Amino acid sequence: MNRREALSRVAVLVGGSIVGAEFFLSGCKPGDKAAAGLPLSAEDMAYLDEIAETILPATSTPGAKDAKVGAFMNTMVTDCYEEKDQKIFLEGMGKLNAACSKMHGHDFMKATPEHRKELLTALDKEAKDYQKSKKPEDPAHYFSLMKQLTLLGFFTSEVGATKALRYIAVPGKYEGCIPYKKGDKAWAT
Amino acid sequence: MELTHRGNITQETRQKNPLITKAAGYGEDNKHFFIEDKDHPYIQEKPFDWIRGYQVGGKSLTWGRATQRWSDYEFTGPKRFGYGFDWPIRYADVAPWYSHVEKFIGVCGNKDGIDAMPDGEFLPPFELNCVEQHLKKSFLKEYGNRYLVHARWAHLTQPTQVHLDQGRGQCQARNLCMRGCPFGGYFSSNSSTLPWAAKTGNLTIRPNSVVHSIIYDEQKGKATGVRIIDAVTKTTTDYFAKIVFVNASALNSNLVLMNSVSNRFPNGLGNDSGLLGKYVCFHNYRGWMNGSIDGFEDGYTYGRNPTDAIIANYRNLKKQDTDFVGGFTTFAGAYRQRGNGDQCPEQIGATYKEAMTEAGPWHVYAYVQGETIPKESNHVRLSKTEKDQWGIPQLVTSVGYDDNDDRLLKDFFTQTEEMLTKAGVKNIDHADTKQAPGLDIHEMGGCRMGKDPKTSLLNEWNQLHHCKNVFVTDGACMTSTGNQSPSILYMTLTARAVDYAVREMKKGNL
Repeated sequence: MNRREALSRVAVLVGGSIVGAEFFLSGCKPGDKAAAGLPLSAEDMAYLDEIAETILPATSTPGAKDAKVGAFMNTMVTDCYEEKDQKIFLEGMGKLNAACSKMHGHDFMKATPEHRKELLTALDKEAKDYQKSKKPEDPAHYFSLMKQLTLLGFFTSEVGATKALRYIAVPGKYEGCIPYKKGDKAWAT
Repeated sequence: MELTHRGNITQETRQKNPLITKAAGYGEDNKHFFIEDKDHPYIQEKPFDWIRGYQVGGKSLTWGRATQRWSDYEFTGPKRFGYGFDWPIRYADVAPWYSHVEKFIGVCGNKDGIDAMPDGEFLPPFELNCVEQHLKKSFLKEYGNRYLVHARWAHLTQPTQVHLDQGRGQCQARNLCMRGCPFGGYFSSNSSTLPWAAKTGNLTIRPNSVVHSIIYDEQKGKATGVRIIDAVTKTTTDYFAKIVFVNASALNSNLVLMNSVSNRFPNGLGNDSGLLGKYVCFHNYRGWMNGSIDGFEDGYTYGRNPTDAIIANYRNLKKQDTDFVGGFTTFAGAYRQRGNGDQCPEQIGATYKEAMTEAGPWHVYAYVQGETIPKESNHVRLSKTEKDQWGIPQLVTSVGYDDNDDRLLKDFFTQTEEMLTKAGVKNIDHADTKQAPGLDIHEMGGCRMGKDPKTSLLNEWNQLHHCKNVFVTDGACMTSTGNQSPSILYMTLTARAVDYAVREMKKGNL
């Protein structure tokens, strides 16, 4: 065993606080196939890019679109998700758009950045409340999956790891206690 | 960032390999160091996750690298407390050989002077981070005899000449060990012993060799070599030697011996006692704990620590002080979460993103490595009907937990929660993974050492009582499990046995 293993297990213990950990838990069922609708179209990925960009926008550092998070979500959902989670994710893409129409009267792709943020803030709260009250065997909330994949996809991407965070491929040594002040960037890994 | 799934395993891989994808450290980056399930079937009479990797260098590429020494408490525990069979050796027999191995492979650590975990020949340790330092102080203050110490791990924090001569360099703190380190920063056969052996000019590596059996000569009354089947062409070749060392990994060593039948040994080589394959044991790895701790916000780490701190066993040392027998080592540590967005007023957008690029709160984790009790009923044997693709009988595993394991686990949870609580750790959570034996990848026994040929297979030199030129020095030889990580003890017993074998050979006794 080693620390890497420990960390992934710990993430599981705390209910997947490390992004993307949730689907590591799921056992496989031989014979599962990818849900209809995967892989996603370029249009779908552009839509997911906009959702991800709303969660993690470009600021003084690159944002989710720069990290091609939409395409990453497609890869992960297609290759790594179980079928039941694929369905939740795919249905969620429709549900998010419907929620946008209901809140703002038009599709997400046509919404202003402010409207998009307002919508996703509401969905984030809805998802958190649901995840808190749900039984472990209940399905995940689609927005929790989208947000997890956004965080995972962005912060493990080259721009996310090297521009938004600090990354050193070969640290050369380990120091257990170095000073940190509020605002310093976290290590990517 | 270069991996398509950023290290994660795809459903396809998972579905084709429900067993091996469970292995510690298995990922998109290193799955080529593990078997594919379909190639290597075995029969689980009780659930047992048998983790294997058959590339040159084997599991030395993917091992955990923890290298603490056994203490005499472990060697003598089974006899003193009546829960097992006595070892034919004591700490004093192996201590100089531990030193020999540590100096060669490179082990980092701190000399802590703890009875339960003797000091070795250490390179400088990986530092404790600020929370780990706090835990260390707190445990000592609250209990007086519970020691959290620096990792003792097979990493070159400061290579010496012998390491440089092996072609290895300093550990670069990348924590990508399980991909196989290009710097030779940790010990593996590939980084260390194989290149060293190659320097002699006498090394031939014969990959794709599946050992079928050890060849026994009835007239000479000893082993004369090894029969192998080429994994690819399926052709058989015999190799001959004066001495045979069996180090196929614990259960495979059992398998090879059981499959080595002759008129003299109809039940497996050296198996007059009928105990070959019995008393298989492992380590209890079911317990995991974690929590968070406030403060320490001005402290951070540089580099990626590839080790865990260790809480030395504090149970059943001098006397039996719990309702279970045996002891446990606790691996523990603290890390600072990437991202500080949890408490951010905004959970979407620029402010949230900035918060997620900062260091977040500290978390603490601990997991158990518990002794299990060897039992005759926990055994492996050859299937009478099923064979693998090389025509070798499949292994049947019949190994399970018992009540003692449950009681040990309960005590680990109770004690660790109390220790962490006293240290100010909050939101403490625990989990019993209920994982099958084997997933610990510390399977041991089946060909145990002992003084009496009637009740053991190997003598105090890891030599088959009844076939003196065959030595078994991997996990199969283990008489009990102790609570320390076992690999370096296998290396130590191997070096000691080799020294003995060479001396015996020179005397003409082998």
